[in-house]
Amino acid sequence: MNPEETKEFEQKIHAFVGRENGPPKKGKDAVNEPMIRQWAEVMGDESPVYTDKETAKNTTKGGIIAPPSMLQAWSMEGYPMAGSPAVDVQRSLHNVFDENGFTGVLGTNTSTEFFRDLKPGDEVTYHTVIESISEQKSTARGIGYFIETVTQFTDQNGERVGKQVFRVLKFIPADAPAEASSVADDSPAVPTRIAAPRGHDNGWWWEAADKGKVLIQRCKSCQTLRHPPRPMCGECQSVEWDSIESTLDGEIFSFTVLHYPKVPGYDYPLCCAVISLAEGTRIVANVVGIDTEEVKIGMKVKGKVEQVDEKTMLPQFYPVAGGQ
Amino acid sequence: MSIDTRDFSNVAVGDTLPPREVPITSALIVGGALASRDFTTVHHDKKAAQKGGLPDIFMNILTSNGLMGSYVTNWAGPDSCTKKIDLKLGAPNLPGFIMTLTGEVKAIDEASGTVDIEVLGENNVWGMHMQGTVRVQLPKGAEA
Repeated sequence: MNPEETKEFEQKIHAFVGRENGPPKKGKDAVNEPMIRQWAEVMGDESPVYTDKETAKNTTKGGIIAPPSMLQAWSMEGYPMAGSPAVDVQRSLHNVFDENGFTGVLGTNTSTEFFRDLKPGDEVTYHTVIESISEQKSTARGIGYFIETVTQFTDQNGERVGKQVFRVLKFIPADAPAEASSVADDSPAVPTRIAAPRGHDNGWWWEAADKGKVLIQRCKSCQTLRHPPRPMCGECQSVEWDSIESTLDGEIFSFTVLHYPKVPGYDYPLCCAVISLAEGTRIVANVVGIDTEEVKIGMKVKGKVEQVDEKTMLPQFYPVAGGQ
Repeated sequence: MSIDTRDFSNVAVGDTLPPREVPITSALIVGGALASRDFTTVHHDKKAAQKGGLPDIFMNILTSNGLMGSYVTNWAGPDSCTKKIDLKLGAPNLPGFIMTLTGEVKAIDEASGTVDIEVLGENNVWGMHMQGTVRVQLPKGAEA
């Protein structure tokens, strides 16, 4: 999408913000014991208040209750979801995304509050509003937007019983089908690192890395070096540039060691450092070949462009022997 | 299981819940999808899941919520009252994985009698499947 198309698309999707998904709707079934029992079985719920009438009577609950986490289940559409789900406002919004290439969908967060326990016989009504749509985000799954909906749950007396905020990511999947079909056996593929997006302003840098070189951008007008790549010189505003190849001699300017969260494709603990290169610019890279406990600011390091997974070439830095 | 409910006065910040290993099977994924009435194809049809870029069917978010909920209420006991579940999803859960649930008491609130438990569900292949906080209210002053 060019910027104008993006603008038009964003106007279309933002028109959905604040709209209700439909009028309040009653769940297909009242809260009932068979559905509770089935849920408790699958989830491994051991509490007798879900399945054992006699014991439940003697608790403060006074009888069977539904597991609170089951709240959303009382609002689900059921079997039609597998074939031709109802076209509500939310689905129309997703369709606008689909038509523009944002075909991926992923639930990312739920935040659910429970105001009272539900008991067999309770009738749950749900009412969903499209609360917000984020700016365009670059995520691990691809470029996309987060859509947040808020659902209010009420009972047969109009009293609130719960509230759920649900966030989904609608995104452009990156070559997903091809990867899936390449899985010959049934074992899940070992995840690779997230591929760096290669655009007009930085593609050349990654192409050089693929050939084992680290280039540093240099302003043609004032010779100032800059990294990471960008279109304009920060010193003299010239857009004319060339590049020099780094020797990858450097020194650790600062660093951090990541333990958590463990993003697939990396080894942990993972040392991420800002390296001062001999040429005078800095670069963010991993420091490897050393116990992360031993890494120190000021340590001399030497970089090597290496293949870090099946499709990624990256400079990694090793301690220089005796170079402390 | 014990049918005793944990008393508020016996819980302290830093307490940990016994870890629970959940083998992720097709049965659990499909069973959870149906128990939550979520018939979205990617949760029961491998080909549909593959079209979406994953090698197999994957767990739906309602089941993740259900497992997080049951992990805490099994520990808290029948008289506890779940107030809130905040859940953030990470990597999908696929058949053949094993997810380990761990939990730690992060905060207690004397006034409301509630306890915040941070729960982590990590699978052995792709790492963090879910993390979140469950708030439960516990009775005060019952026999310990």
